[in-house]
Amino acid sequence: MKPRHQRIALILGGVAAVGVAAFFVLRALNSNIALYVTPTDVLAGKSPAGQAFRMGGMVKGGSVKREGMTTRFILTDTAKDIPVAYVGILPDLFREGKGAVVQGRLEKNGEFIASEVLAKHDENYMPPEARHAIEQAQGKQAGKLQGVK
Amino acid sequence: MNLINWFRYASPQSFYPLAGRMIPLFWILALLFGAAGLWVSFFVAPTDAQQGEGYRIIFVHVPASWMSMVIYLAMAFWAGLGLALNTRLSSMMAQALAPTGALMAALSLITGAFWGKPMWGTWWVWDARLTSELILFFLYVGFIALQSAIDDPRRADKAGAILALIGVVNVPIIYFSVKWWNTLHQGSSINLTRAPSMAQTMLLGMLLMALAFWMYSIAVSLLRLRAIMLERERHSEWVKHALE
Repeated sequence: MKPRHQRIALILGGVAAVGVAAFFVLRALNSNIALYVTPTDVLAGKSPAGQAFRMGGMVKGGSVKREGMTTRFILTDTAKDIPVAYVGILPDLFREGKGAVVQGRLEKNGEFIASEVLAKHDENYMPPEARHAIEQAQGKQAGKLQGVK
Repeated sequence: MNLINWFRYASPQSFYPLAGRMIPLFWILALLFGAAGLWVSFFVAPTDAQQGEGYRIIFVHVPASWMSMVIYLAMAFWAGLGLALNTRLSSMMAQALAPTGALMAALSLITGAFWGKPMWGTWWVWDARLTSELILFFLYVGFIALQSAIDDPRRADKAGAILALIGVVNVPIIYFSVKWWNTLHQGSSINLTRAPSMAQTMLLGMLLMALAFWMYSIAVSLLRLRAIMLERERHSEWVKHALE
């Protein structure tokens, strides 16, 4: 083997070793890297008790109610629902039937008090006419199908 | 026979004039694609149903993010080749690519923040996609800093190459982060296995802008490469001739 080939093998081996190491580190940190937990995880007790955490899901259609500055809505992953209360300004893309990520604490009464609400956008980009056509075709189901992960 | 040609252009001496001839071509292509891309992005592509006009930032954000990853792969490839084969030109290539890559990563982060504030409701969130792209930016800056900190160019190349090669593991992490973990950043609208989830004219605008970014990156990297060649080979005979 020429020295040149030895160096190439060493480099490829090194990069592969770094890749394997990164794989195991990321696997070990898996739950810390995830930005949020789902309502199902929360109800299964996988959320940190008494601490602030992020919960992600879809804003249930027809559940948004505004009382003064307080907004109440239900966050769902289609399997489990959790009611959320938030005081403040909502982002532009916050819609019923769309994804949202809320940060805050789960109270004893089962209500999630959010200190921050973020809207999660999906990967679809389309003009209003196309959106209209899809909604017509799918009836009112359009919102329910999107934003679910 | 083919190989002989390749090795001919692997020496700075013969690549210098070739690069000089290629640069104007890439500038012209960058201008053409850029003009067409901006025209499509601003006047032809329709308003988005959800985001209104604000979505148009993707015409800069997405090509910049793509370039930041592609340039890193190219940089690591040339740095690795320089380390393995001891070719002078490959290491100069890696050095020439780094600042443009850093610029693209910075552009991607900044435009992303501008989009994130109105759409998500926050400038920044520590999700896997955003964090790994920030790490990519730091890798570029680290590569540049490490290379400039070592005076001997051959040692600087070696140290830089090792950093670049270790960092390469980050590129697939950026790309797949939105699949592997739940993130605030949306999944990719364009991928190889299914039809793009994007209106045709929006897609066209984005692809034209991506081509413009490619051409710009090549042009500006070759320009920088020529300067690096002259600087590093300043004591050699061919540089004296080239500058006459």
